[in-house]
Amino acid sequence: MVAVEALQAVWRAPRGRAGLTFLLFLVLLAVVGPLLLPDPFRQFDLLDLASTPPSLEHPFGTDQLSRDVLARVVSGARISLAVAAIAVVLSVSLGAGIGLVAGYWGGAVDALLMRFVDGALAVPRLFLLLLVLAVPARVPLVWLILLIGTTGWFATSRLVRAEVLRLREETFVRAAEALGASRRRVIFRHLLVNTAGPLLVAATLGVGDVILLEAGLSFLGLGVQPPTPSWGGMILDARPVLEAAPWAGLFPGIAITLTVLATNLVGDALRDALDPRGA
Amino acid sequence: MRPWLLGRSLQAAITLAVAIVLLFLLVHLLPGDPLAREGDRQLTAVQLEGLRARYGLDRPLPAQLGAFLAGLARGDLGTSIEYGRPVTGLLMERLPATLLLGGTVLLLNFTIGLWLGVRQAVRKDGAEDRWLTTLSLAGYATPSFWLGLVLAWLVGIRWRLLPPAGMSDPLVTGGALSVSADLLRHLVLPALTLSIVSIAGTMRYQRSAMLETLRLPYIVTARAKGLAEDRVVWHHAWRNAVFPVLTLFGLWLPILVSGSVFVESVFAWPGLGSLAAAAVGNRDYPLLMGASVLVATMVVLASLLSDLAYALLDPRVRLS
Repeated sequence: MVAVEALQAVWRAPRGRAGLTFLLFLVLLAVVGPLLLPDPFRQFDLLDLASTPPSLEHPFGTDQLSRDVLARVVSGARISLAVAAIAVVLSVSLGAGIGLVAGYWGGAVDALLMRFVDGALAVPRLFLLLLVLAVPARVPLVWLILLIGTTGWFATSRLVRAEVLRLREETFVRAAEALGASRRRVIFRHLLVNTAGPLLVAATLGVGDVILLEAGLSFLGLGVQPPTPSWGGMILDARPVLEAAPWAGLFPGIAITLTVLATNLVGDALRDALDPRGA
Repeated sequence: MRPWLLGRSLQAAITLAVAIVLLFLLVHLLPGDPLAREGDRQLTAVQLEGLRARYGLDRPLPAQLGAFLAGLARGDLGTSIEYGRPVTGLLMERLPATLLLGGTVLLLNFTIGLWLGVRQAVRKDGAEDRWLTTLSLAGYATPSFWLGLVLAWLVGIRWRLLPPAGMSDPLVTGGALSVSADLLRHLVLPALTLSIVSIAGTMRYQRSAMLETLRLPYIVTARAKGLAEDRVVWHHAWRNAVFPVLTLFGLWLPILVSGSVFVESVFAWPGLGSLAAAAVGNRDYPLLMGASVLVATMVVLASLLSDLAYALLDPRVRLS
């Protein structure tokens, strides 16, 4: 219910609509594109077709290994979107759960959890991830997603905790408790539902952050491992040949920028619709 | 003021302690041997054991944590695997370059960003406001390493307008003036890159602080007195709307430090960020750990100073 109304509100805002349209297009492209485009791993012709400029055959050109850049950008969209979606669902769920526990139980549990969150927030997420990713030689994709997800819930838990503390004092929650509603009912039917708006905003903005983070990690060689195409990894590969084949590095960067911009435009429109205090 | 300051400082100390223990556990509890990279070099089991003993990795975890904290108290963060030198010394050598870059970016964001934020608030929902919002969001959405590479390639290599890498040109000699001019030329591209990707936050906060202020009755009074609009905006409204934004400098530190990892390594800027990126490449975990501890300390201190500045300017904070 909330989600449908929120989507309608985003659609009514011009910038929200632009962002949503681009994201829908990108998802469609990520799903259907690989069926229509060449194999992103295929090396067409190392001698004659390496680093060729955009043409009808290869609209975004080819990279130094003569692979089709468009096919790799589209394939990278799949990876980026999948990593971001799963990691954000994980971090928002963790943040909501821990924020609810801290806010509802209060006392020592709350104090301990929040001191932990304070400390965790003092280290930029990038550094947390650099530390855990630099030790093992290679990190499987599943682990990468888990690690990005479990380092992203700190701020969300604070947000949910604050909302819960506010909501607990509201008359409708008091009334529910006075009427003998179970703890579970209060938490799920009253508290969680009423934090859905801010959570949705945090999740949307979180997607953009994770896409940038994953691209950065892959650029440092710590994220998605080659030969799997990822936007950050493509820019890393293109770096030494930027002068000879700029297209191989330009297009993945444009893809990142447009995708993150689109999610942030949607997130902004959502915030305006759901959480007018934050505007 | 005093009890407030005491309480806030205690809170900062606890936060930092939690952060440091967390960093330590993160490295030591996760699967994977911090010295695994030595395996790449085909070490014998005996040599590996020797290394583990040298870095104290053969001792029980609480003992390692104790040794780490005791070292930290003396300012000793261990020895870098790659450079074979104390981590603290390496970090201190690189700190000035990062402070120069970060300071320049803050200066850019706190002048251009604030000015644009005020313009947006005054023209709320107009075409300029909407375009500036979209443009600043586009900057925020741009990966800093990519923007850096593109600028270094276009401005530095293709057009040869500015140096694409480094902090100084060894061929530039002569007086302090020409050396500073050379430093400034090297500073332009990295600072611009980091500013473009981070200015959106400052603009946004200034815009909303300004909108809040412009709604207050004393602004209506100023306008009713017939003052020129520029005077109302800059002398009456902005003076009150700028301090909450300025005191937020602590908020931008994590963003600037993370961004500098990418920007510094793209532009070969000899700061903490490029040191951390190199430590990642070399799997030099004591160095990376030391850099993270330093960053956490800077973040906690900046947040404390931010709050202190705010409390000094706004007595309501420290009295409540």
